[in-house]
Amino acid sequence: MNILLDLFLTFVKIGLFTFGGGYAMIPMIENNCVERKQWITHDEMMNVTVIAESTPGPIAINCATFTGYKKAGFIGALVATLGMIVPSFVIIYLISIFLDNFLELTIIANAFKGIKIAVGILILDAAKTMIKKMHKKKLPRAIMVCSCIVMLCINLFAWNFSSISLMLIAATVSLMIFVLNGASEQKGGAKK
Amino acid sequence: MIYLDLFLGFLKVGCFAFGGAYGAIPLIRDIVLSYRWLNDEALTYMIAVSESTPGPIMVNLATYVGSSQAGFLGAVIATLAVVLPSFLIILLVMVLLKNTLKNKYIQAILRGLKPCVIGIVLATGAYMVLGNCFDTVSTLKVNLQAIIITVLLVASMFSYKHFAKKKLPPTLLIVISAVMGIVT
Repeated sequence: MNILLDLFLTFVKIGLFTFGGGYAMIPMIENNCVERKQWITHDEMMNVTVIAESTPGPIAINCATFTGYKKAGFIGALVATLGMIVPSFVIIYLISIFLDNFLELTIIANAFKGIKIAVGILILDAAKTMIKKMHKKKLPRAIMVCSCIVMLCINLFAWNFSSISLMLIAATVSLMIFVLNGASEQKGGAKK
Repeated sequence: MIYLDLFLGFLKVGCFAFGGAYGAIPLIRDIVLSYRWLNDEALTYMIAVSESTPGPIMVNLATYVGSSQAGFLGAVIATLAVVLPSFLIILLVMVLLKNTLKNKYIQAILRGLKPCVIGIVLATGAYMVLGNCFDTVSTLKVNLQAIIITVLLVASMFSYKHFAKKKLPPTLLIVISAVMGIVT
């Protein structure tokens, strides 16, 4: 089969059958791209996961772009990425057309009273998992606590401050601390 | 113009969404609420729908917000905008800048970004859980039904983990919560 078509169909399949997004998709991608099709090696797959953690955007998209490029250059990357998006797009577009009418049903409205709570718990649980994997050092902990407090204030008191600005501040602070530490070490200061 | 707003809004989300879907939810919330595209309630429903339908959660949310604001074309624009940054960045990393991510300055920036994202996700989750339990946060009027459901859901997560030795799948939690919402 044509490699481009194969890439497209494989990623459509991955996009169609993985629920939960993000890390839930990695085993499925590994099963298809590494074991069955052997498009990329296991080590490369590990590498993409690491790259995905350091770059923004959906992890599944990162994997699709990487695999596509590896097999068939720019066009391959494009085709694989589109394949990954198409199922979500079609399903959500159809739902979005009907959702408003759907929400007017009393039973659905009641169900969503419960679902709303589950969503909050899921987000909190995701934060817990992220904290567990975090470096247990002073600086990351301090940044985490400060951003959490600022973000809570933004939500509670409707502060006009975006989370993106918060991220930019955190990145700048971390970079400055790194540069300043480096400078003092070069002067011979053994400050740790 | 709505198409341009959608494109730029979701481009921002795509550029700053570190830490996967849950890292992106606070950003999407920020942008969607500040443009007044959806209210908090509608967005929360959609997060649940994105969680329970296949595909990357960020893409699902972008498609939905785009479609609800500007129909089919809006959905296409928002979806492409949210994936464009990661597509380009991966290509750049692979083609030109193989060692960029190992650069010590980039690493220093990432060391600041990651804990910040965690803090933001934690605050957003805590705010959502508290917001459900109290009808209005300022007067602390308690919503008893919500508190009961919260306690039951957390209890079922813990007991599932204890007995099945693995995490309760998010979709199952959403189904349980829907049933509780209908029954109570």
